[in-house]
Amino acid sequence: MERRIYLDNSATTYTDKEVLQKMLPYFSEVYGNGSSQHFFGREALVAIDEAREKVAKAIGAKPTEIYFTSGGTESDNWAIKGAAHALREKGNHIITTAIEHPAVIKTCQALEKDGFEVTYLPVDSEGFVTAEQVEKAITDKTILISVMTANNEIGTIEPIREIGAVAKAHKILFHTDAVQAVGNVPIDVVKDNIDMLSMSAHKFYGPKGVGVLYKRNGVKIGRFMDGGEQERNMRASTLNTPGIVGLGAAIEIAVRDMEKNYKHVAELRDYFVKELLANVKDIKYNGPVDTSRRLPSNANFSFEYIEGESILMSLDLEGIAVSSGSACSSGSLEPSYVLLSVGVPIELAHGSIRFSFGKNNTMEEVKYTLEKLYAIVARLREMSPLFKEFKGEQKYV
Amino acid sequence: MYNEKVMQTFANPKHVGYIEDNDGAGKVGNATCGDIMEITIKVKDDVITDAKFRTFGCAAAVATSSVATDMVIGMTVDEALKLTNARVVEYLEGLPPQKIHCSVLAEEAIKAAIEDYRKRQSEKAGK
Repeated sequence: MERRIYLDNSATTYTDKEVLQKMLPYFSEVYGNGSSQHFFGREALVAIDEAREKVAKAIGAKPTEIYFTSGGTESDNWAIKGAAHALREKGNHIITTAIEHPAVIKTCQALEKDGFEVTYLPVDSEGFVTAEQVEKAITDKTILISVMTANNEIGTIEPIREIGAVAKAHKILFHTDAVQAVGNVPIDVVKDNIDMLSMSAHKFYGPKGVGVLYKRNGVKIGRFMDGGEQERNMRASTLNTPGIVGLGAAIEIAVRDMEKNYKHVAELRDYFVKELLANVKDIKYNGPVDTSRRLPSNANFSFEYIEGESILMSLDLEGIAVSSGSACSSGSLEPSYVLLSVGVPIELAHGSIRFSFGKNNTMEEVKYTLEKLYAIVARLREMSPLFKEFKGEQKYV
Repeated sequence: MYNEKVMQTFANPKHVGYIEDNDGAGKVGNATCGDIMEITIKVKDDVITDAKFRTFGCAAAVATSSVATDMVIGMTVDEALKLTNARVVEYLEGLPPQKIHCSVLAEEAIKAAIEDYRKRQSEKAGK
């Protein structure tokens, strides 16, 4: 049988069977519009409110602070643009980091065209920003701080509790893109001093196309979409009942099984990293070394002398799915800005691969992947002019 | 995004290597851009009798290197100079738009190897 090994769980995850079962009735049996007054609508609304309570409970929020959206990108756009425009009279300065997801970076860039000023804080060699850095960047015009909870490429878990405390002390709004973190590591919006938080269901074994913006009660931002009066008149559009039910079920399961899944996924990742470092020369492990400050699912490597996309496609031919930070994969000419931001040389950034493990992966799959990977790296290096030169005299031309 | 032909060529490339006693060698691209192609050729009576490549790059770069070297073997150097990236792409039954530059690189690497051959020939003649 042909192998199909999925090691790209940071891109998306499968929808858990348990989640899918809970969603199914809401497509064809309980199909009412949650905004309708009749019993069809009320049935849907009951399910939506149950999901809202589950989400709130999972992150330490109140149900009235949960707004359903179409996903992480919408939540990021809404939080950042909403806060910027609502607070424009107070100031025009936003603080974020150089390694945010494009949903945050591009949103900030769009605001710059509108006259906002944005500080993109640099990160250290493991991708960390510090609360001190954030505090130093604050000016009397600062209206928003947005720092991701965990990075999607290198797994860095930012010190958001400390950053949140700085934001609170200066009475500045704090938003965090927690898309990679929710369901994988504990988050408490009260203890972590979070005013707004973005999440997306498909990153924690829920369906695609549904997410949440948590917004602390009292935080005033404008509505993102105009139209009907859904979501306390804050987010127009008919509520996606099956998706919302799925998100609620997924987050409940993720929190229930968090300890177990964390342990399993971290064990696979740690074994993979240890073996790869021991068996392949001239590779660089990108991201935090301290596993307690890194997503358990994430491993990111640069392979010298070879290019990432050719590694990705070679693994693909063996039935193994990963992602790459190489320019060739994205279609742009620049390799991953995250890797460049942590100081990975551009040649090495081209040769980088992200392996992201999930709860359904097995140790056997990890071992199989390692064996295939050793052969692929050797084959591509034999094919590379850089490798021969390195063995001869110089490393790069 | 790649068609079957490109994937198959990438999986089983022809003419990988480096001709030590080559008559011409060309190297184009750089590591910063993520693509380097190096082609060496053997020439007898102005006919390319052998060609090999080494490539640092994506699957498309490897596939186009393989096709370009395969095509020029048996050609006269004049014919090989007329090899266009369009013919390489056509042979591969198409490449994604963002990968067309890989085929240009293959064309350039062949040209660079032939230029090197010609330079060496004229140096010999000058002696």
